[in-house]
Amino acid sequence: MSNLTLLMSQTEQALQNIKQQQLPLLTQTTDWQSKYRILMQLGKGLPSFSPELQRDELLIAGCDSKAWLLHEFDQDSSRHYWAFDSEARIIKGLVTLALCQLNGLSASELTQINFQQLFALQGLQQNLSPSRQNGLHAVIKTLSMQAGLLD
Amino acid sequence: MNFDLAAFRAEFAFFDQNPDWVYLDNAATMHKPAAVVAAETEFYQKFNANVHRGAHQLSQQATQLFEQSRDTVAAYVNARSREEIIWCSGATAALNQLAFGLMGSVLQPGDRVLISAMEHHANIVPWQFHCQQHGVQLDVIPLTVNHQLDLAEFKRLLALKPKVVSVTQVSNVLGHIQPVAEMVQLAKAAGALTIIDGAQGVLLQQPDMQQLDCDFYVFSGHKIYGPTGIGVLYGRQETLELLKPLLYGGEMIQQVSFSGTTLNQLPYRLEAGTPNIAGAVGLAAALRWLQQWDQSAIALHKQQLLKQLYEGLAQLPGIELLSQSSKNAGIIAFNIEGEHHSDVAALLDQQQIAVRAGSHCAMPLFAAMHKNGAVRLSLAPYNTEQEIVRTLLAIKQVLEILHG
Ligand SMILES: Cc1ncc(COP(=O)(O)O)c(C=O)c1O
Repeated sequence: MSNLTLLMSQTEQALQNIKQQQLPLLTQTTDWQSKYRILMQLGKGLPSFSPELQRDELLIAGCDSKAWLLHEFDQDSSRHYWAFDSEARIIKGLVTLALCQLNGLSASELTQINFQQLFALQGLQQNLSPSRQNGLHAVIKTLSMQAGLLD
Repeated sequence: MNFDLAAFRAEFAFFDQNPDWVYLDNAATMHKPAAVVAAETEFYQKFNANVHRGAHQLSQQATQLFEQSRDTVAAYVNARSREEIIWCSGATAALNQLAFGLMGSVLQPGDRVLISAMEHHANIVPWQFHCQQHGVQLDVIPLTVNHQLDLAEFKRLLALKPKVVSVTQVSNVLGHIQPVAEMVQLAKAAGALTIIDGAQGVLLQQPDMQQLDCDFYVFSGHKIYGPTGIGVLYGRQETLELLKPLLYGGEMIQQVSFSGTTLNQLPYRLEAGTPNIAGAVGLAAALRWLQQWDQSAIALHKQQLLKQLYEGLAQLPGIELLSQSSKNAGIIAFNIEGEHHSDVAALLDQQQIAVRAGSHCAMPLFAAMHKNGAVRLSLAPYNTEQEIVRTLLAIKQVLEILHG
């Protein structure tokens, strides 16, 4: 298996674990400190990019920290997959949260997703204001472009 | 005179409107006292007209206010004459005018310009761009291990006979105060024209152009309690005459025909288009307002805050201080070991502490320090001891969240 394929499958695996184990915790906690702690734990669970995968062409422009996004469209299943890494922990946690909801969806399923609401469910909107997070917008925009949702 | 902090702070309506915030991003822009807001408002409400052109009394009145503002600035910086004060939109515009304006008139292919590794991009990129176009060599004064300018290297680079030396008075990232008076003397002795970027330094103490004796000094109004969009390019009259204008049109012109154009006298020659009239009036109001306070008491208060913050940070575990506390204008750059500056800033923002994080328009400085960024806390005299306590607690909280 190539490094890349390995990373994609490890990421998918990690997202399944995160969804089952950590995501419920995020919804249950109410204080912002614990939410941030869990959010960053979530990001930690997502595999990092090896130095040879931290390629400049995968960098997201407009991010305060270096952030890499890798996209793969699986022809056989017609499903979209991503892997993500960043030097900064909060952005990694937030994107992990987004990928929990997006990874492995088909193009038509992705069109049903309200990207504005990706962070609403976990009650992040009220106490973390992800929209203030520098660079998150750039990541979400790139993601939607890769999914063919934007031109 | 004593410093009445409560009275000083009460001049800033911003804090009434934003009582939950601690504002430590003063190096980016400062808040405006009531006197400045009132001066701008009054100008628009009572005196609004264009300057230097109307045939009516209203224009004459506006012109008078505008030119009185120039006099206020000239007196504030102890210029030799009002013609030495050129209005511009800010330090960036002034530095662009200088880099553009000296090419060809002063700088010829093969000549050298000397800047430092500590400069804001506004004092790097215009030089880089125009030097490359004109075949001029750009040299850079490196840093010492303590993140100060290396004066031995400066002297060595002066021996290469640069025609222009352009350096910052205070590092916008570290707060370190540079020995610009000494550097100006050395540069002049080496035959260079001298430019001081006073964007962060203008607040240190009232600048005295005749004493500092530099050829040019630039600053932005918004970093000295004034409005945004107004700034000052100070120059000695002889050296201002050397500048090729960057912009053409409007009052800077005396006579136009299609066979040629004659330019107006200084200072108008370098002020194309309708100026920021209300901004100039606002900046003059800021300087007058500032002079009503005891400067040494203000400075002492800021130094006490700096000490409190610096010592508090030094006591926290895992804090890496990039700034030194001595000869510091009130800025502390730091990192939390092993953590990204943007995470630290986000967790402070969450606690309503306004800071800046990143490379602060000074990427070469970070390259020289082998860092990819930092969190910057920048103080102003309206900050309070309680705000420092709250900031230190907030940083403690950040440490707990990141390590917990
Ligand atoms: C040292 C220094 N020079 C120049 C500038 C540019 O100032 P302005 O953005 O007001 O033009 C700044 C602003 O941060 C600065 O700190």
